[in-house]
Amino acid sequence: MAQAAKDAGAKIMFGYPITPSSEILETWAKFCLKDTSLSILQTEDEMAAGFGTIGACLAGMPAFTATAGPGNVLIQDAFSMAEALRIPTVAMIIQRGGMSTSTVIYSQEEVRLTCFGGNGEGFRIVYSTSGLQELYDYTRKAFKVAWQYRWPTFILADGYQGKMMGEVQTVDSKQQTVDSKPILKQGVNLRNCYNLEEEIGEIIVNYSDEYNRVRERIEEYDEYQINGAEIILLAHGIVAAACKIAIDKLRKNGWKVGLFRPITLRPFPTKAASKLLGQAKKIIVLESAIGQLAELFKNELYWINVPLMEINKPAVGFTPEEIVETISQLQ
Amino acid sequence: MDKLPRFPKCYKIESKPHKFCPGCGHPIVLKMLGQVIDEMGIGQQVVFLVDIGCSLLAWDFYNLPTSQTHHGRTVPTAVGFKMADPGKIVIAYVGDGGAYAIGLQHTLTSCLRNDPITTIVVNNTLYAMTGGQSAPTTIDKQITTTTPGGKSEFTTLRGPELLKSIAKPQVYFESSRNKVLPKAGSYLARGSTNSPLVLKQYLKKALETQIKGNFSLVEAISACPVNWRTNAEQTIKRMIELEKIFKLGEL
Repeated sequence: MAQAAKDAGAKIMFGYPITPSSEILETWAKFCLKDTSLSILQTEDEMAAGFGTIGACLAGMPAFTATAGPGNVLIQDAFSMAEALRIPTVAMIIQRGGMSTSTVIYSQEEVRLTCFGGNGEGFRIVYSTSGLQELYDYTRKAFKVAWQYRWPTFILADGYQGKMMGEVQTVDSKQQTVDSKPILKQGVNLRNCYNLEEEIGEIIVNYSDEYNRVRERIEEYDEYQINGAEIILLAHGIVAAACKIAIDKLRKNGWKVGLFRPITLRPFPTKAASKLLGQAKKIIVLESAIGQLAELFKNELYWINVPLMEINKPAVGFTPEEIVETISQLQ
Repeated sequence: MDKLPRFPKCYKIESKPHKFCPGCGHPIVLKMLGQVIDEMGIGQQVVFLVDIGCSLLAWDFYNLPTSQTHHGRTVPTAVGFKMADPGKIVIAYVGDGGAYAIGLQHTLTSCLRNDPITTIVVNNTLYAMTGGQSAPTTIDKQITTTTPGGKSEFTTLRGPELLKSIAKPQVYFESSRNKVLPKAGSYLARGSTNSPLVLKQYLKKALETQIKGNFSLVEAISACPVNWRTNAEQTIKRMIELEKIFKLGEL
């Protein structure tokens, strides 16, 4: 992910160590030794990491941070401001187990927090990756998209993906993707505090209109064996990778089953989902949380007339075998 | 009209009259800072970041790139900006609550690292914007809205004194005219809005310190007659009292 950030044209990282995101900070520190155009600051806490990232973005430099779990809670202070002032921060969220300090490796418990963490409407872009190559590709993409649309952008992964080892196809770092310019320059006075409810209300409405106008260009999804599928599994991140293996086995046994995977959790790929999921006889949401993905789906596609089943394993992963077993027991 | 002193050039005229209450010390600090920026000719380099609290009312005070941040988070934002664009002169303008309570970890760490930024702390011994609650700088027995029986004794925080033990020591050298000038190291000082011209000198040295690549913090003792519930005479009396509790000068 650090390599992807570098290849995207990121120049500076602010971070506070927390498992399982610390390796990104450590790797970036090594890059900084070799490349003097890069810099790093290990901050005193996650708030400083978030606001440092904001400061660098205001100066026009592509900047990022990485955190997890309780760090993700603290850093929302900064992302709330990034949302309000349209600052293109990029953050890598490597989910830990949910609730408080909890466990250090895996969960999908930070979906709601990453999508809607601020005291606002969640005008954010959140990519949920499903493997090493995607971690690289979407990290690169995140910088481009953040500076293009100026919404705070997140790569949502987990400790499994963070600790995974494997080969990744990288691109030439000279083909940098970010087009960044100073935001806080002569003649610019920014504030996020208002006297009148009407003033901020108007700004929120304008943001919402703009977010809805551009969202279809940002929305991304992945599908697998979805054509003619009667049962469609809905999963994101690493759970979706397990679903794909399960689907291959289930298909061999004659089950008409497919997968719909939102890559952008915010904005949710509603247009594609409404087209592809409407034909199913059953939708089964699988996630390592209780209803966090299902909630996003239901908010956007409340009108869809397909029976919905939820398989929730909070903070615990799915194996392809257990997915096969669960589906095989369905009537 | 010609005899009236002019506004500093870096003022944003459209936002005047300013938004501060009558008797507030902020406009005095901002005026001195404006004069320093003009005199040093650095208007094109300064980036001004303001905290939450009454300091946020300065978000459009100057014709300078200015952004408000969150409560206590102005110093890390300034550090991030400065790292990304070291050619700028970055000022974090905060209150005593932002600098010494909710943002104390940032103030301490930035000083410890000797980050080349300038922090200006306007200390009126309470949270003014929110209605006069107790702050770390609230003095012994002072009555605030959250210490109606008077604040506990021996709980007054003195920021520059606290920072002194971790600030990079000043290194002096003899200049050609035999004046002793600081060569490197952090700059810490406390002035008062009662002595604006002295405060102005501190602000100037603070910005010079940043230009040399070092951390600087200037605290300004400032009046808040609205929350102190004092008339003009009582306000001046309180200021003199505070100047004894918070020792003025360079540290």
